[in-house]
Amino acid sequence: MLRNRDIISIRDLEKSDIELLLKRAEEMEKALASGKRLNLLNDKIIATVFFEPSTRTKMSFQSAIKRLGGQNLNFSSIESSSMKKGETLADTLRMIDGYADMIIIRHALEGSARYAAEICAHPVINAGDGGNQHPTQTLLDLFAIKRMKGRIKGLNVFLVGDLKHARTMRSLLYGLAMFNANITLISPQGLEMSRKIVDEARERFGANITERTTMDLSDADVAYICRIQKERFADPYEAEMAQRNFRITMDTLNGVKDDLILLHPLPKVDEIDPEIDSTKHAKYFEQAKLGVPMRMALIAEVMGV
Amino acid sequence: MSMAGELVVEKIENGTVIDHIPAGMGMKVLSILKVAAGSKIALLMNVTSKRLGSKDILKISEKQLDEKEVNRIALVAPNATLNIIKNGSVVEKSVVCLPHELHGVARCPNPKCITNSERIETRFAQEEKNKFRCYYCEMLFDTNELSL
Repeated sequence: MLRNRDIISIRDLEKSDIELLLKRAEEMEKALASGKRLNLLNDKIIATVFFEPSTRTKMSFQSAIKRLGGQNLNFSSIESSSMKKGETLADTLRMIDGYADMIIIRHALEGSARYAAEICAHPVINAGDGGNQHPTQTLLDLFAIKRMKGRIKGLNVFLVGDLKHARTMRSLLYGLAMFNANITLISPQGLEMSRKIVDEARERFGANITERTTMDLSDADVAYICRIQKERFADPYEAEMAQRNFRITMDTLNGVKDDLILLHPLPKVDEIDPEIDSTKHAKYFEQAKLGVPMRMALIAEVMGV
Repeated sequence: MSMAGELVVEKIENGTVIDHIPAGMGMKVLSILKVAAGSKIALLMNVTSKRLGSKDILKISEKQLDEKEVNRIALVAPNATLNIIKNGSVVEKSVVCLPHELHGVARCPNPKCITNSERIETRFAQEEKNKFRCYYCEMLFDTNELSL
């Protein structure tokens, strides 16, 4: 049961919660495809409070709210909010809590969504709190894999790129482990996934995790790519080399499975050769589109409709 | 006042003696305690100790520590000994130890944690020996990283 719950971290969700959301998201996708008008929210008001810039996440939440027949409240920019005048986050949130039936928040500070959930009486959904958590991205990633491959269990899923800094990858590893995928981690030396997170996934879910430092996707069913965070390197040359060695090109796809799918949280910069976009393997734009039915499913379940 | 005008540390009648503070940490311990103006305080530094080699000792009259103070001491002086003195005698003796949850005791070392920007009482939960996770930013820290 997700009714009236705050959704702050993927750690807050049980496998049964995610299974429920995957099923509901599929129903939402079908309803969208049929053009059927849903009025589940019946004009309930949901605030999207984004203190940080966002394109995909914000717009897909707003689209999900409207597709469910809800109303959306938001401010156009931080510049136009009272926080610019020095109001605390707590006071801003208390005020918004009085205006809306649910609050969806993105904020640069880590832990801000957990704090918002303590302050607000209405349910809070975390749309990204700094480098900490972004649970709806993980939910849509799991939905994309399930939807495109028919299952998650037993699939060879490769996580590729800067696994040390990408919050998406940490949460996704946790979700994949929960659903018993075979996970392979490929990252440049020094940008490996935190030992603690790998150990936790193994201990908690008995996850099958392999680690590599060379790009070889030959036995992958799914390759999930994230960018090398160049700004984290002291030496720009090293950053450039790491990105060059971890770039997905047409050559990388030689000898891969015919039905390999490539996913990416977007925005992508230069980690995937644009030539790849037109291949049958590129599924990242379709993945982004699935954010709407998954967020519709989450909002509907939390609102109990 | 003793013989030949030499100053010695008096016994305290009522109060707290904090013993086995690692040498050099006595000032730090004193700085984290709420001590009433006019209290009698004695800080002995680098005293010979059988167990530690050398240690600091802090004596404060008319002072009872609250839970947060004890937890803060445990962070900077693990294994320090607390002696509660009443009517000139030790009535209670205990070794400080960190509880499994720390509320409002330490600051989160993550500069991007919300607790460093808003007026929020910090919360940490122990996950394993000497490791605490921040309830808000979810980062895991070694005990010696937690600042007061």
